[in-house]
Amino acid sequence: MITTDICIIGAGPVGLFSVFEAGLLKMRCHLIDYLPQVGGQLSEIYPQKPIYDIPGYPEVKAQELVDNLMEQIKPFKPTFTLGERVDHLAKQSDGSFIVTTNDKTQVHAQVIVIAGGLGVFEPRKPALEKLDHFEGKGVTYMVKNPETFRDKKVVLAGGGDSALDWAIYLSKVAQRVTLVHRNETFRGAPDSAAKVFDLANEGKIDLILSANLKELGGNGHLNTVKLENKSKEEITIDTDYLIPLFGLSPKLGPIADWGLNIDKNAIEVDTRDYSTGVERIYAIGDINTYPGKLKLILCGFHEAAIMMHAAFKYVYPDQKLSFKYTTVNGVNSF
Amino acid sequence: MVKFTVEDHDGNRQEIEAPDDMGLSLMEILKASEYPVLATCGGMALCATCHVEVLEGEDELSEATDTELDQLETLPEYFPTSRLACQVRISPLLEGSVIKLRGEDN
Repeated sequence: MITTDICIIGAGPVGLFSVFEAGLLKMRCHLIDYLPQVGGQLSEIYPQKPIYDIPGYPEVKAQELVDNLMEQIKPFKPTFTLGERVDHLAKQSDGSFIVTTNDKTQVHAQVIVIAGGLGVFEPRKPALEKLDHFEGKGVTYMVKNPETFRDKKVVLAGGGDSALDWAIYLSKVAQRVTLVHRNETFRGAPDSAAKVFDLANEGKIDLILSANLKELGGNGHLNTVKLENKSKEEITIDTDYLIPLFGLSPKLGPIADWGLNIDKNAIEVDTRDYSTGVERIYAIGDINTYPGKLKLILCGFHEAAIMMHAAFKYVYPDQKLSFKYTTVNGVNSF
Repeated sequence: MVKFTVEDHDGNRQEIEAPDDMGLSLMEILKASEYPVLATCGGMALCATCHVEVLEGEDELSEATDTELDQLETLPEYFPTSRLACQVRISPLLEGSVIKLRGEDN
């Protein structure tokens, strides 16, 4: 069990900056994010895009802002659980919470901050019958450990960069890699596409173009994938795994079941302190809503500062909070 | 002002009127009209959560850019006249067209 003062769900820019505001008040933070890296949509969707409305930065690339935030919060030694989704929240008799992730990591905290942006980025799933039946039994949407596929038969579906990159990588590990793509050409990185065509010519991967996934088969575990090509002919491939790679899409996820007031995928908060209807749970950044809400990073930063000052009373119930400027006190690391 | 028709996931159609001189995108108008369009990236053609299919009037619209086509490519399903609503400008070209909301995200 990880023990901390504040558990922050979501390691995007607002979640990261809230560590700084907590740190100034001597509160420790642990962050959990379903993406394998910090930065939220900035790192995942548009790392190289310039942002023009961060105060003090006429222009800053999204990833650069994330890197700077990580540098800024370093003195407060935040800890992270990445690649895991918070599934469960349990209130303790003393008012604190224990959160549990899908990988059974547990975090005990006095205060929960939901800085979840648009929600959990989950893989887009193809519309196939019995797909959920084979999830975890041959169907997987992420390559967490390539060794899982050593000497196995793998079908990859998709035409983006990740489908190309994993086809190339897994061709060295798996017994057989089949890449299924609905078009004749790839729009992904030209180098990767050329490499995939080379590997196909060398017989190192099976490339099936202009074909769509049609049906899954298997008794318990997946063992066949049926495809349909342009001429409506069916092709059945024996396989151990199917990895559909169709990008990520945000979902609110388990947060929706925590008894919070939710309006159009956003959590309603009180603008005095960004508290939700549940004591000790706050929501900041793109995931909250209130009259006049603007989904801007800079608004999330503001919310983080106010929210952390309000949460102080739960972490240090016997202490009086005195407001201090960093210009006077500096940044005192833990 | 320009008028066009939007068909939601249940097949219900509604005529929408939008100003064509404010540089708005179709995604912004769909959101403003309370359609469940996520538009995660805010209109940069980077997330494909504003996927629509142009049922009528597709010949009138400007062609999709490479960035837009790249994003459509990542979806599990798309159609010959699929577009990202964020990349379609509200202009007189839209007059009379029929737009269908697509994608499991929307």
